[in-house]
Amino acid sequence: MARVVVDVMLKPEILDPQGQAVAGALPRLGVTGVASVRVGKRIEIEFTGEPNLEQARQIADKLLANPVIEDFTLRVEESAEASR
Amino acid sequence: MSAVIGVVTFPGSLDDRDAVRAVTRSGATAVRLWHADRALHGVDAVVLPGGFSYGDYLRCGAIARFAAVMESISDAVKNGLPVLGVCNGFQILCEAHLLPGALTRNQHLHFRNRDQRLQITSVASAWTNSFAPNQEIVIPVKNGEGRFVADEKTLDQLEAEDRVVARYLGDNPNGSMHDIAGIRNEAGNVVGIMPHPEHAVEELTGPSLDGLGFFGSVLKHLAGAGVGAAR
Repeated sequence: MARVVVDVMLKPEILDPQGQAVAGALPRLGVTGVASVRVGKRIEIEFTGEPNLEQARQIADKLLANPVIEDFTLRVEESAEASR
Repeated sequence: MSAVIGVVTFPGSLDDRDAVRAVTRSGATAVRLWHADRALHGVDAVVLPGGFSYGDYLRCGAIARFAAVMESISDAVKNGLPVLGVCNGFQILCEAHLLPGALTRNQHLHFRNRDQRLQITSVASAWTNSFAPNQEIVIPVKNGEGRFVADEKTLDQLEAEDRVVARYLGDNPNGSMHDIAGIRNEAGNVVGIMPHPEHAVEELTGPSLDGLGFFGSVLKHLAGAGVGAAR
């Protein structure tokens, strides 16, 4: 079964306090040299038949992302099994 | 008979009962509306209460926007139905594109729950017309995702058109742009506000009675339009 993967990210100009909090925790891990961290969402949509990119785009545009604050990208992942 | 104000309950609404109580204390009749029921049951105005509709899944208000009752409300808004969205209700109004902008995670990531000073900055709305211009009020604020965000063009437009109805005074509890606590639509019938008027309607439990002003305003608005008085 093919799936469509949608990545939703806050627009670059929108403040991401979650990402900042993660970045702030990195020194405690002993990690340095990280300039910034931003947190987004990954959504996997599995269609019963062939993946319908147009429909997936509509889902992303109308529901998964809020265009006021977020951008999204989508792609078809050919084999769900191979990605595991 | 008094004006009838509907209060919507979504799965996860928390403040619907307080909203009903506030409506009743203001002298109106409260009617409970159900998210899955398209019917508005002839109400004269609607309150979308605070809480965590649909568990705040995906984004606050993103799923509630597609509830059956929201379709009817969106249609009725065009004909002037007054709608007040409080907290989660404000988030739903933004997600439904009935108000511009979005509410995002508080800048400091902390949930803020306290009594908040506000300035009423626009009295040209169905829900704020009984306040004095620039009146200071105190009502509770309690949110984790209450930071109002919009692009510069939208912010400029809101400011130029007198559409910011309330601003935070003192410490901004969430990093909201332009200290915005609440806004209205162009027509003035739709208002979204992060702090909670319905929690400031009785001396026993609230920091003030200032919340009653919002409900008194809509009654005044409806009476002006011949509603309530005609019943």
